[in-house]
Amino acid sequence: MTQALLEVQDLHTVFATKEGTVKAVDGVSFELNPGETLGIVGESGCGKSVTALSIMRLQRPGKIVGGKVMFKGQDLTKVTEDEMRDIRGREMAMIFQDPMTSLNPVFRTGWQVAEPLRLHHGWDSKKALTSAVQMLGRVGIPSAAERARDYPHQFSGGMRQRVMIAMGLTTTPAVLIADEPTTALDVTIQAQILDLLRHVNREFGTATILITHNLGVVAGMCKRVIVMYAGRVVEAGPTMDVFAHPKHPYTWSLLRSIPRLDAERHEPLKPIEGLPPSLVDLPSGCAFHPRCAFKVERCSRDVPALQPVGDTQLSACWVTQAGTELKGA
Amino acid sequence: MSSRGPLGEAAKTLTRAWTTADPLVSVSDLKVWFPVSSGILQRTIAHVHAVDGVDLEIKTGETVGLVGESGCGKSTLGRAAIRLLEPTAGKILFKGDDITHLRGERLRALRRDMAMIFQDPYASLDPRQTVGDIVGEPIDIHHLAKGKERQDRIREMLRVVGLNPRFVDRYPHEFSGGQRQRVGIARALAVEPSFIVCDEPISALDVSIQAQIINLLERLQSKFNLTYLFIAHDLSVVKHISNRIAVMYLGKIMEVAGGTQLYKRPRHPYTGSLLSAIPIPDPVVETRRERLILQGDVASPVNPPSGCRFRTRCPRAREHCAEEVPPLEEYGDEHKAACFYPLD
Ligand SMILES: Nc1ncnc2c1ncn2[C@@H]1O[C@H](COP(=O)(O)OP(=O)(O)OP(=O)(O)O)[C@@H](O)[C@H]1O
Ligand SMILES: Nc1ncnc2c1ncn2[C@@H]1O[C@H](COP(=O)(O)OP(=O)(O)O)[C@@H](O)[C@H]1O
Ligand code: SF4
Ligand SMILES: [Mg+2]
Ligand SMILES: [Mg+2]
Repeated sequence: MTQALLEVQDLHTVFATKEGTVKAVDGVSFELNPGETLGIVGESGCGKSVTALSIMRLQRPGKIVGGKVMFKGQDLTKVTEDEMRDIRGREMAMIFQDPMTSLNPVFRTGWQVAEPLRLHHGWDSKKALTSAVQMLGRVGIPSAAERARDYPHQFSGGMRQRVMIAMGLTTTPAVLIADEPTTALDVTIQAQILDLLRHVNREFGTATILITHNLGVVAGMCKRVIVMYAGRVVEAGPTMDVFAHPKHPYTWSLLRSIPRLDAERHEPLKPIEGLPPSLVDLPSGCAFHPRCAFKVERCSRDVPALQPVGDTQLSACWVTQAGTELKGA
Repeated sequence: MSSRGPLGEAAKTLTRAWTTADPLVSVSDLKVWFPVSSGILQRTIAHVHAVDGVDLEIKTGETVGLVGESGCGKSTLGRAAIRLLEPTAGKILFKGDDITHLRGERLRALRRDMAMIFQDPYASLDPRQTVGDIVGEPIDIHHLAKGKERQDRIREMLRVVGLNPRFVDRYPHEFSGGQRQRVGIARALAVEPSFIVCDEPISALDVSIQAQIINLLERLQSKFNLTYLFIAHDLSVVKHISNRIAVMYLGKIMEVAGGTQLYKRPRHPYTGSLLSAIPIPDPVVETRRERLILQGDVASPVNPPSGCRFRTRCPRAREHCAEEVPPLEEYGDEHKAACFYPLD
């Protein structure tokens, strides 16, 4: 086994709200290996973004109330704010669904892309800008030297996402977290950006966490995937195995509920009945049990831990842990 | 199903009475342009060519899917087809009647036969109205029922879309996204329309909820013999629900074909790239797939490229593509594409 680059151990992040405590991340554990692209998939509100933000210590107003984030021998939940700022500038970068939220509308694009180099490497403006222009060219911005003088609103959505990726890469970080980087884009532009991320991963060896709700994107981008439901990891494993024989009923049902472009015949979709739960008031036991077609009595009583099921997968399910195969009409 | 148009004496273009064997909706050379104004006098300096010469027929009981990138004119075409917008040019026939420039009372009568389901179940429902008011409003507008009969009809509509009829006095904020979309569908069905434009009806919903709504729309279609124009940017969903698919690019239809035919044998280079860009939730398929990645962004609809609008991004474009607009040509069995150098 290779030494993991990043290890998230039993992470808990909560938000205090009027309705009560939102357990946005409720005991999440996973590893990121050097150079790999790991997918995190799950529905809206299941805690994907808060997990990513907690790793970067940007979860405020949320609070990390338990667990560790181990990176290069240190626990990131314990380092000082100054140290964390430096790690964010040099070693880890994050890109978001809407690049406009992280680009400043009043500064020229090149200046912003060069910022991490000025701030964290102490480069002078000219040297930093030259490097930023080079990086803009490498992520596919045509006439990069000229476009570097433009403001963010002068770029299209796809181009802005390229700018964000360039900004993240200037300091050649070890970890890149991409939170739904293509959700706001058209499919043809999504294909361009995914292609760029593949290329970046190959060329720079950057380990990438790709957050998405699109199972197709995971299938095309990630060797390994973790599936989240209601703030917890319910399944993890190699993408090939998880898609070929899911070991958690949520993954199993989700895969059958989505239409496939390459379907030969029209078959009715098999929806997951019911609604995703409220994170303020989680169902007892396995949070998926009210919607689960396989549940047994124990599921509503005890919370299942994430355990090995089969040779390569982990699943948090009493039924599959007991050896039952998931199948059905 | 009635064979009489809703408009009585409205201009007939068929020499005989319309029947369900004729297209329910027939759009020809349709244009919808929006003015772009500038300066203190707000003079019109140009136009957004949102829909720019579209021909499309929709048969009774079928679902036509409409796909394309954002801003290509899908919603505008859908809104014009049910006359929520007045077209700039061209013609729309509904049940054989010319409804292109209908006004006043006759337009109001037409509204009984057509409805729209919107993308955003949050924005499209009035937060101050109860679910009963929301579903009841079109019933009142068209004087379809009063008193107890009206209440029964509202409850029946809620039941049909899978909501508990006891919810009539609740407000939209008390529901989830999927439930709100059901309320929107109940409202659309309340007038018993024959034609519904579904504009991205599932895009705002959770993945696990989308299949519930797709199945509901399919069930309602066969129950009430509905005809759908189903707009979405997700080609997998469109292929699942549609009999035929129209691919739109910058205000024009580039290709129309049955779903399987379109997937197996796209003729237009844009369709080819679009299909190649759709991720398939199967890592075995994905790793083997050849990717045709389109370069660049969509051109501006204010000043669309001459000739074929796709030529600025088209990997097959040649000189001729800039000189002439390629017409929609037949490729057998209800398959049409507009390209001088089609894929084979
Ligand atoms: N600032 C906040 N205050 C209160 N609750 C919050 C806050 N930010 C997030 N949450 C809650 O934490 C939970 C997880 O949110 P998160 O943003 O991680 O979801 P996600 O999986 O990224 O969803 P999406 O796919 O919609 O981006 C949700 O229930 C959300 O409502
Ligand atoms: N009311 C309007 N006024 C001006 N421009 C509009 C209006 N509605 C749509 N447009 C423009 O028309 C084009 C097509 O829009 P739309 O039909 O909404 O596309 P789609 O639904 O395919 O995303 C876009 O360029 C859009 O900005
Ligand atoms: S007509 Fe020319 S530019 Fe247009 S799609 Fe065909 S080959 Fe490409
Ligand atoms: Mg998120
Ligand atoms: Mg639209």
